[in-house]
Amino acid sequence: MTTATPSAPVPAAPTNKLGFTKQDYVGSKSTLCAGCGHDAITAQIINAAFESSIEGHRVTKYSGIGCSSKTPAYFMNQGWGFNSVHGRMPSIATGASLANRTLINIGVSGDGDSMSIGMGQFVHAVRRNIPMIYIIEDNGVYGLTKGQFSATADKGSHLKSGAVNDFPPIDPCTLAIELGCGFVARCFSGNPKQLNAILKAAFAYQGTVVLDVISPCVTFNNHDASTRSYKHVKDHDFPLHDLGFIQYSEVEDVEIPAGQTEIVTFPDGSKVAIKAIHEGYEPTDRFGAMKAIHESMAKGEFLTGLLYINPTQPPLPEMLNLVDEPLATLGEDLLKPSPAELDKIMQALM
Amino acid sequence: MTAALAAPSPTGGAKTRINDFSIQVATVNGSGSQTANTVLLRAIFQMGVFVSGKNLFPSNIAGLPTWFTIRASAQGYVARKVSNEMLILMNPETAKEDIAKADPGALVIYDEPLQLDKLRSDLAYTPVPFQKLVTASCPEPKLHKLVKNMIYVGVAARLLGIDMEEVKKAIAKQLKGKAKAVELNQTACMAGYDWAMENLEDQDHIKVVRDNKTQGLIIIDGNEACALGALFAGVTVVGWYPITPASSLVETFIEYAEEYRKDPKTGKSTVAIVQMEDELASAGVVLSAGWAGARSMTSTAGPGISLMSEFIGLGYYVEAPGVFFNVARTGPSTGLPTRTQQSDVELCAKCSHGDTLHVNLYPGTMEECFQFSYDAFDLAEKFQTPIFVVTDLDLGMQNWASKPFAYPAKPYDRGKVLNQQQLADMKDWGRYKDVDGDGICYRSLPGTPGGKGAYLTRGSGHNAYAQYSEKPEDYLEVMGRLKRKYETAKAFVPGPVFRNQGSDKGVLAFGSSDPAVIEAQDVLLAQGLKTDYLRLRALPFTAEVDAYVKEKKVVYVVEQNRDGQMANLFRETYPEHATKFKSVLHYDGHAIDAKSIVDQITAFEQK
Repeated sequence: MTTATPSAPVPAAPTNKLGFTKQDYVGSKSTLCAGCGHDAITAQIINAAFESSIEGHRVTKYSGIGCSSKTPAYFMNQGWGFNSVHGRMPSIATGASLANRTLINIGVSGDGDSMSIGMGQFVHAVRRNIPMIYIIEDNGVYGLTKGQFSATADKGSHLKSGAVNDFPPIDPCTLAIELGCGFVARCFSGNPKQLNAILKAAFAYQGTVVLDVISPCVTFNNHDASTRSYKHVKDHDFPLHDLGFIQYSEVEDVEIPAGQTEIVTFPDGSKVAIKAIHEGYEPTDRFGAMKAIHESMAKGEFLTGLLYINPTQPPLPEMLNLVDEPLATLGEDLLKPSPAELDKIMQALM
Repeated sequence: MTAALAAPSPTGGAKTRINDFSIQVATVNGSGSQTANTVLLRAIFQMGVFVSGKNLFPSNIAGLPTWFTIRASAQGYVARKVSNEMLILMNPETAKEDIAKADPGALVIYDEPLQLDKLRSDLAYTPVPFQKLVTASCPEPKLHKLVKNMIYVGVAARLLGIDMEEVKKAIAKQLKGKAKAVELNQTACMAGYDWAMENLEDQDHIKVVRDNKTQGLIIIDGNEACALGALFAGVTVVGWYPITPASSLVETFIEYAEEYRKDPKTGKSTVAIVQMEDELASAGVVLSAGWAGARSMTSTAGPGISLMSEFIGLGYYVEAPGVFFNVARTGPSTGLPTRTQQSDVELCAKCSHGDTLHVNLYPGTMEECFQFSYDAFDLAEKFQTPIFVVTDLDLGMQNWASKPFAYPAKPYDRGKVLNQQQLADMKDWGRYKDVDGDGICYRSLPGTPGGKGAYLTRGSGHNAYAQYSEKPEDYLEVMGRLKRKYETAKAFVPGPVFRNQGSDKGVLAFGSSDPAVIEAQDVLLAQGLKTDYLRLRALPFTAEVDAYVKEKKVVYVVEQNRDGQMANLFRETYPEHATKFKSVLHYDGHAIDAKSIVDQITAFEQK
């Protein structure tokens, strides 16, 4: 007769300030290739949202078409998602964020979706400072159509087939800075710590966050002649700084080390602590940042981290002076003019 | 000063046409003639005479020729009339051609230096020294060009017998009481009138005589009427992109929103209006705002609908509400951007790739422009789908007399939207589950707390639970249900309007063709042909339309396009009756007129 061995008590999963476990932030199972950089990004979105105690029902996820655009299904099932048409994610985020300004908007796009077919919508969403985290999962190729070059592919880089890219790349980050974006960052999907800190800061930011994540395509662009392979990116990744993010509610409790650390404060009181690794890089200096990024790109390096930050710019709903409550749920009493008002309008037309 | 005279017309002796004539004014675009022409139209309207105006303008800011036609009609006909009894020729570029096209006996007022009076002997000429008059009456030389047009208003008022007090009132109204401009224009107008009193003999060819037909009526264009419909419908998100002839719809809405869409407590706006980078982005904003629970709209024309097509298909398949105004113009391609046509019928009926069917509303009057725009937002939310309100340049940009709009008292229908409690109570909720059997499912809005109701909307294949699916049975279920939903809409769209003379011969039209059809029907009746007129007001076709098609021996489908697009929809929907439909077409860019309809139907009848 066997006796059951007493099982060890299962430790309760840790919860965040809202009482949610990390499991509450997950989505459906990924259907991307094993080892895809995009899944690493998804994991950090889940971690950052959990750690920042984001209210899941307020999260709205948007995407266009492509491998990256499938990922909103893989995180935060508590939130609504809208997988739309190719290159048009930004306009979807624009409409929904105007309809309900209390939503927390995450757009996931790719280098094809944003830098080619969707370039027009990308630049105009940034210009308008739509309240959203705009993640570009950037691998230099079209994965879902089996490996054609995208517009971020480096000049001279090779496809698996041997085809060479003759055109210069478009850099979403310098472009975003040029367009007036107040939060521009680049990360490598292979550096979860950095991505986590930036995503947490991004959740606290009010306007458009442009986050370009170099995310190697293990199937079509991970070979030796690629400048977007894991090995190549890892070897050429130059983190600018160590980042710490302190949510507004924790500011009192956290001791910020004096000395080399620069502090950027958001309108809600949250702070980003930036401890420089790369000497002389100043993420609040717009033109200096552009110059440094261009210089590093010319050397074939990826500067990663918070490339530019200016947290003072008002997001679109504020610029439009919208009412505080969601437009979506305003009542007829507030929306429909009275019979007397119609009469006044009619009188003026007589 | 030349002794100008309004000679008795060569067709002299004919009866005076009282309150029944057309005037055509030829000017140069950008010369301010639109103001003068509207004043003339308003003054006749204020005399109690039924009047309509058509501006035939070029795709140009300044310099190209433009024509404005004013039709007065004691019987209340407001369609374009091809013949004109009076011409006012201010444009040297077109004057000779205008004279060549003039109807015999027409009165011709023209700028004296043009010396047109030798061109034809069957017209009655009135040369006017406009430059001299404007120099004498307007102290500011830089305004001469603009004010000069007001002088012909004065001259015409004198010849037609319009009360100058009405003209002055019309000027004040048109210039919205801007004191200096009002005075300047009234002075110029008076100078024209006084000169005509002194120098011209009276004429008895055409006259305005005070009547009471327009008491209590408004003058409005369709774009403004639609904008007002959207205002009262409580639109909360507008994404748009400028395009002729649709821009003024949103622009007028913006003006009204300034006054009527501020929260009285905070002064903050209850509507978000964003001019997007293109029509694609506008469509994205409309559908995502609708998806998130707002009442949303855009206003565009054919080229814009073409660009929006991909998104409209998405809206159809994911079932996101939104109102799409199409103020149609002459296509294909850029076509004639400032001319009218009804050539987007099939485009809007089945917009986007794949199998799609859309609810379309076709207002034919100003009151319907208002009411259907109001209703479109209910339909969009009720059916969770893009709704087209299809007008055209003729309805949208021309001036129309109308009864004042009735207050839309019916409360908003926000459709099947589940709140937090309903979601909590509901077992086995599926975004695309047809619980009620009408094809319309229950939706939830992003941001609803409580942990229930979240789903991922996708334009790719999905099942009743909004999950990704490529299974044939799931695909068929969704597509079958969408068809069912379209069928359900038949009971909720506006049915047709009839004007029956007791005949088995049908005339079927929609939208801006209405006034011309009414007039044509009367002319045909006078010639001995009775017809039953059905004015279609929506897609899908309702039960009344079914009955009409079955009952009639022949149906003349009147429309303003080359290919008989509406007739095609009818042949497709009623294949067993396909041979009944005969196309009566008018598509040269000008608004349709009664004569074209009469001629074509008569030709069919004589076959």
